[in-house]
Amino acid sequence: MPLWTLYGLRQGKASTSWPKGDDGQSGLLGMPRFDPAKCQAGCNECAAACLPGAITMVEGAHHGPEVRLSVDYGRCVVCQMCVEVCPTGAFTASSDWAFGVRRREDLVWVRPGERPAGDGPAGAAADSGQREQVRSEIRRVFGRSLHIRHVDAGSCNGCESELQALNNPFYNLHRLGMFFTPSPRFADLLLVTGPVTYALRGPLEEAYRAMPEPRFVMAIGTCAVSGGTNGGGYACGHGLDGVLPVDIYVPGCPPNPAAIIHALLVLLRRMPQRVRQGQVTEERTA
Amino acid sequence: MIPATARGHASAPQPPVKDVAVHDLEGRCRAAIDGGGRLQFAYAWFPEIGEARRDGGAAASGAAELRYVVHPARGLVPEIWRSRPGGQAMPSLAAVAPLISWYEREITDLCGLRFADQPQSGPLVLLPGATSFAPPLLPGTAEPLSYTPEPYSLPEVSGPAHRDVQLLPFGPIRADVLESAQFTFFYIGEAILHYHPELFFKHRGMEKRFEGVTPQLGVVLAERVSAVGGVAHALAYCHALEAAAQCEVPPRALWLRALLAELERLYNHLHYLGHLCHTTTLKVGEAEGKYLEERAKQLNTRATGSRFLRSLLCPGGLRREPRLEEIATSLNQLQGEFDTYARMLETSTTHLDRLITTGMLGKQLALDQGATGPVERASGVDRDPRRDQPYGIYRELPLRVAIREGCDAHARQQVRIAETTNSIELIHATLEGLPTGPIRAECRPPARSEGLGWAESPRGSVYYAVHLDAAGKLARVKIKSPSFSNWRVFPYTVHDTNMMDYAINEASFGLTIAGCAR
Repeated sequence: MPLWTLYGLRQGKASTSWPKGDDGQSGLLGMPRFDPAKCQAGCNECAAACLPGAITMVEGAHHGPEVRLSVDYGRCVVCQMCVEVCPTGAFTASSDWAFGVRRREDLVWVRPGERPAGDGPAGAAADSGQREQVRSEIRRVFGRSLHIRHVDAGSCNGCESELQALNNPFYNLHRLGMFFTPSPRFADLLLVTGPVTYALRGPLEEAYRAMPEPRFVMAIGTCAVSGGTNGGGYACGHGLDGVLPVDIYVPGCPPNPAAIIHALLVLLRRMPQRVRQGQVTEERTA
Repeated sequence: MIPATARGHASAPQPPVKDVAVHDLEGRCRAAIDGGGRLQFAYAWFPEIGEARRDGGAAASGAAELRYVVHPARGLVPEIWRSRPGGQAMPSLAAVAPLISWYEREITDLCGLRFADQPQSGPLVLLPGATSFAPPLLPGTAEPLSYTPEPYSLPEVSGPAHRDVQLLPFGPIRADVLESAQFTFFYIGEAILHYHPELFFKHRGMEKRFEGVTPQLGVVLAERVSAVGGVAHALAYCHALEAAAQCEVPPRALWLRALLAELERLYNHLHYLGHLCHTTTLKVGEAEGKYLEERAKQLNTRATGSRFLRSLLCPGGLRREPRLEEIATSLNQLQGEFDTYARMLETSTTHLDRLITTGMLGKQLALDQGATGPVERASGVDRDPRRDQPYGIYRELPLRVAIREGCDAHARQQVRIAETTNSIELIHATLEGLPTGPIRAECRPPARSEGLGWAESPRGSVYYAVHLDAAGKLARVKIKSPSFSNWRVFPYTVHDTNMMDYAINEASFGLTIAGCAR
């Protein structure tokens, strides 16, 4: 045993100081970027190649010769098929990955300048007073600490693999005052993965009911956000909408550990939300 | 070095399909096993129902066709047996080949076929209380299951001391970040009398999701059946379609596929060792194992853009080139640290004390119940599809199949350590031998064709059987996953052991629930 202690000490410190340092995701392909100006009339290659239906053709909404596509990153499984089939580069590979958002609508691409009322800078200003209030309330209740209960509602084990990675020496989630707890009774946050299978819906709702107020819910992974490729069918639902009230949506297949940490910090208002209207608006690091 | 596969080749010889009459099945099965062979898996599908539906919708029963995939003996090509029940109950082969029992119950649950004299009747894949109007795998059906939870049947406890027997239901939501499943223990004090796992809370109906999908897009689904085995699943899927299309995969793609498959084995085995240390409470060992896993995943990301090596494989080859520049340097660093780590694990008495004689799985039991991968190789079964039914370029790589006779958790650790070392060698060999050239060929399987493909995942053998419809889309995809096989075996190593060893034993098998439940 003393040998292991020595061995451990000699390894030195492995933890990243992210969000201030290395996120560990160098080279990662994130959600493809969409530039409708490059779309060709009559082309539907991307929509035909999008298995989860994140890209769909909008019927009867033609503005001139342009193709109208609806792009919902809440359904994207990052398979890069659209990038591969697009003949004109309207979809390009990117490293945009931290997509944790508070409102489901923020994952749907909206043309800049066509933002819905109350969503622009004016809306954001009206929002900010309320935001400060929520921030101080969260600080008061959780004292910068957060206890998480994870529930697997039918994942492919990809999200679990990344959630388990949060406790490895590199991400070392404890350093941010966040802990996984075995009992929902001690949990502030219910972190759910998977499209919600028929058999796990009951246990999931029970776990939520067992949590004390105030409680939060986070949908981790595209399956939990929308069902993704695996949702629907005879055995699955389409994620958490209509099952539990969701506070943060984190699409990704699976979202990487740094993205999950980012989303947890967004929940605690310790980092800003990076994505609005399906586009990255904030810098990755705080 | 000029590889012998420089001209490329069709992925693997397609096994012959042999018609076997229903009443001959048992005899054929017995003969195959007596000759040193093994039933691999079974499934059912509905070949004519698509047309029948268009003609006004004929009844489903009677249209089903059963398939048994059989390995006659080591070194011989697998065979596919085709049998048509024509509406009558099928004979159960469970008494001859126990491992087939779960497949038969799955066929009953999902395709509605009955087996006479099934020793373990009752639903398996669907939970008790889940019902469907039509069999879920009948083409064209889409109704969700209706579900009113019912208690599943557990053994009755009787006898003079029956009040001392305690019952512990654990799950489906378990402590820590784990996949959902429910385990019921009957125990007295420390001693486990009986163990019952309920593994299909996570059943997502993945095989059904393939229905009507184009062969090129199906690979996106195959990568998402079991994320940590995504490369092996995608590989078996691609092999199946390439067999159906009889297409040639370019040599460079074959070499790169082996590289990806071994990178997958590497990060999985590192995770396995870290998790095993977690259960034996070897804290530094756990941290180091999981740190090495993280480093391997970051290497995956730099090389392929995906921590899980996704979005590269496709029927016909690869979708894009990985970045190979820094793999060798990163790997050399990792290898040095891994060697020290493995040596430390193999000499830590507190760790080894918990592994030796824990979770004993005898060779005959492993064979009868269908153990696969490192689990069977740790029980002395000398089998690895990479060598025995070779695919891709494994014939040209310095593959060493790790066999141990210990049959316990320690043997399973040793097999994994040996495989990790070999995987690193194989990755170096692929980087050195990598030919230049294209990485993708056209793969267009003809309408109504079928194919069988396999690959050795970090957890054991994955098989995909695919059938295409009249429009050239996927009509039926059957997935044989390694965790389905190994979960079938696992309870036999738990009955009559003790509670303190349970977590160690489970970790030593290295199972996933997602792969099992699909």
